[in-house]
Amino acid sequence: MLSSPAGELVIRFLIGGVLVSLFAVIAEMVRPKSFAGLFGAAPSIALTTLGIAIAQHGKDYAAIEAHSMIFGAIAFFLYAATASWLLMRYKTRALATTVGLLPLWLAASLAFWFFVRY
Amino acid sequence: MIVQAKLASLKGIALHEWAVRFFFGGAVCVAAGLIARRFGPGVGGLFLAFPAIFPAGASMVEAHEKKHKARAGFDGTTRGRTVAGVDAAGAVLGSIGLAGFAVTCWISLPLLSTGATFALATLVWITLSIISWLLSKSRVFRHMRGGKTTLHAFRNS
Repeated sequence: MLSSPAGELVIRFLIGGVLVSLFAVIAEMVRPKSFAGLFGAAPSIALTTLGIAIAQHGKDYAAIEAHSMIFGAIAFFLYAATASWLLMRYKTRALATTVGLLPLWLAASLAFWFFVRY
Repeated sequence: MIVQAKLASLKGIALHEWAVRFFFGGAVCVAAGLIARRFGPGVGGLFLAFPAIFPAGASMVEAHEKKHKARAGFDGTTRGRTVAGVDAAGAVLGSIGLAGFAVTCWISLPLLSTGATFALATLVWITLSIISWLLSKSRVFRHMRGGKTTLHAFRNS
């Protein structure tokens, strides 16, 4: 099924959805809330994408993706820290804040990646 | 502070909320694959750490807290947003573990089997996340962090 482009997308969607839901279940079950928040940065997308990348292109290709992921994770740190500060300090709306800050994550991850690459 | 896991917590989650998470998780995985195909593994790899369900999760945390307070006859808007902020603070610490996961995969993939790499990287993620969380709860960090609002939120959540 991975050999056809459409089949690959379906597999990605299903495995990604299941893994994200699994970590969401754990996050809902555990308390305190600050501990549950750890699962907001669970490697669900990474496990799915790297697994499929290995199956399709091999480990060297997946290792390049994992290297870039480091910069994405640093950007996630900045993104979540900013979101947390805004929510706690200014009591902004959660959805507006977290969606509004997504360009910050994109800009930061691309900036880190370019900085290391060039 | 004791960490607890309660199955009963799942009862308050509506089916559509699980569906939203499943959909966003699946959609981001598809997007990550398409971006890697179009721009290569360098750019595609960044999206392995995309805050996939973070916005949906944070807004649901806010809504649940608000509903919880409304049942007691209070306006839980402020409380809901503060708890969503506490949840985000947890994600900050989780992202340290996520970076550890990425470093482990990067180093181990050429050396170990896929299963061993994923098991080791997941172990690194959870260990680093928990250590970061425990450190954030330690007296030293509480003292450094200061600020009554933050302390209040962490103590009660």
